[in-house]
Amino acid sequence: MDSKTAIYIIKRILLAVFTVWVVITVTFFIMHFVPGGPFDSEKAPSAAIKAAMEKKFNLDKPLFTQYTDYLKDIVTKFDFGPSLKKRGRSVVDIIGDGMGTSAKLGLIAAAAATVCGIVLGAIAALRRNKIIDRVIMIITTAFVSMPSFIIGSILLILFSIKYKVFPANGSTAEGLVLPIITLALYPTAYITRLTRSSMLDVLGQDYIRTAKAKGVSSANVIFGHALKNSLIPVLTYVGPMLAYIVTGSLVVEKIFAVPGIGRAFVNSITGRDYPLIMGTTIILATLIVIMNLITDILYKVVDPRISFD
Amino acid sequence: MKKNFGFHVDLDMFIPATDEDKKYLVQMRPSSTFFKDGVKRLYKNKVAFVSLIVIVLITVSSIVIPMFWPYSYESQLGIVPGKPVDPSYKNLKPFEYGKTEKVAIENGKSVFPHIFGTDSAGRDYFIRVIYGTRVSLAVGFFASLIVLLIGTVIGSISGYFGGKVDLIIMRIVDIIYSLPDMLLVILLATVMRLKLKPVIDGTPLETIGSNIISLFIVFALLYWVSMCRLIRGQILSLREQEYVLSAKATGAKGKWIIAKHLIPNCISVIVISAALQIPSAIFTESYLSFLGLGVNAPMPSLGSLASEALNGLTSHTYRLIIPAIVISLIVLSLNLLGDGLRDAFDPKLNN
Repeated sequence: MDSKTAIYIIKRILLAVFTVWVVITVTFFIMHFVPGGPFDSEKAPSAAIKAAMEKKFNLDKPLFTQYTDYLKDIVTKFDFGPSLKKRGRSVVDIIGDGMGTSAKLGLIAAAAATVCGIVLGAIAALRRNKIIDRVIMIITTAFVSMPSFIIGSILLILFSIKYKVFPANGSTAEGLVLPIITLALYPTAYITRLTRSSMLDVLGQDYIRTAKAKGVSSANVIFGHALKNSLIPVLTYVGPMLAYIVTGSLVVEKIFAVPGIGRAFVNSITGRDYPLIMGTTIILATLIVIMNLITDILYKVVDPRISFD
Repeated sequence: MKKNFGFHVDLDMFIPATDEDKKYLVQMRPSSTFFKDGVKRLYKNKVAFVSLIVIVLITVSSIVIPMFWPYSYESQLGIVPGKPVDPSYKNLKPFEYGKTEKVAIENGKSVFPHIFGTDSAGRDYFIRVIYGTRVSLAVGFFASLIVLLIGTVIGSISGYFGGKVDLIIMRIVDIIYSLPDMLLVILLATVMRLKLKPVIDGTPLETIGSNIISLFIVFALLYWVSMCRLIRGQILSLREQEYVLSAKATGAKGKWIIAKHLIPNCISVIVISAALQIPSAIFTESYLSFLGLGVNAPMPSLGSLASEALNGLTSHTYRLIIPAIVISLIVLSLNLLGDGLRDAFDPKLNN
């Protein structure tokens, strides 16, 4: 690794840290911009109770002090404060409960999408303009145009209600099959298209012709030369795919009643549980920022042709 | 005598052309503009052309049908002032009628059918789907317009002036670009609708609804960055062209050069990315509506219709399927049209 790459990586890490700080700050001030305190929606409590509650949650301090306290707690103790609606539970606890399920859901979906997408894309590129290529392209185009909640609902109708293959409740392992399929379909379609076009691009390169001309077996040309090089653009999609899976899991967990972070987030929005909304946004956002960071660095390291500017 | 190596001009080469020669040399094809060429290419692209027809059909019907349709999207059938609510109008299956309507039919009157039945509140579902399509299309269109305007203005300023201005704008773009947009959209939409509601109550904006306005604000705040990057890149390459230099030499100011020379030259890129922006805005709106953060009730959008349909999924599956098909059709045709437009109008891709 030369010094230019190192400088790029350091710059990129600084930008990521700065972005996370922006997210925390924006989230904090947006949430405190909401008219009326969080206790106004309940049965109007007496002024004394309200004051005591505000004192308990530190809402009586000046806004900027609240902000610095919040930031300090996150950085030093990874503490996002207590939940307003679930008594005695901290935001970190609630997120920790959902993290396992959501991570399982997201990682399996991402892995499945990557493998299926690359295989389908490679097949489509190698059988260009044949029937199988056309079929793959039509199906992927259709899936790219369908919002995940619609795919999820249709799968729910077909496989849980009509044919009862999988349970509609996502709290069991079997119940996670449909949510994983729902989450994976869009990225699979996207990766397929990406791999196809990138592979077609690579197959037209001179070094492929050279390899063929010097008698390299076609399997070796495909796997050793073409596929390896055409996967570089796919790498750039890893970050956006994670972002898609994180936000997609919000609706998917709602549809299939999966007890994950996504459902906690949606519930916190409807229940106006401000610390939980803030905590979930910040943690999910940080996750996405970190993934984007890793993708960007990997991309530049893997493909030395990319210039640093 | 011919001097092959001399500097004498051979006058024979300069005799006037005969009429026959002229006829041969005249270009028979009428001259074609860039725009005409593009339209021709678009017309030849069957997929894009069919998509265009589908979009025009959907748009026109979503505007025209509510004008003459006997039911409105918000009126609950079976509710007559002064009388108890008639529950027979709720959850009608397609082409079924409510009690009083059946009586009217027996008396020989013709009653307009409920093509898709009614929803759980007794509202004609067909007109709700049509109206929802109109809302979704309008949201997509205006959100893209906002993104387009802001992105173009900031991008061209950044690209044209360069230097410190460019550096600052591009750092801001970098940060917004790395923000997780969807999460912030949700966050802003949650907060905005609470904050906006008292502000817009009583103004004409109230009919649009606070949620949609907050959606527009979110788009204006977050989504202009990719458009901005695109325009900046275009301007950066265009501003080195000779005609910009000649405009500068004749004393043109920056504003004039941007508006008269640079933007018209990247208009095709702008239009194409705007066409591709609309489906993503429709996606976002439907997503927010599905989470309950979209249009305000009773106004429907395709996303909120799908979301409402989840409650009666087992008995009224078609209520989910219909808006799902419409959304997918719109997004699919817009995507295909956008691709077609790019093939037809992006001169760099022509080879």
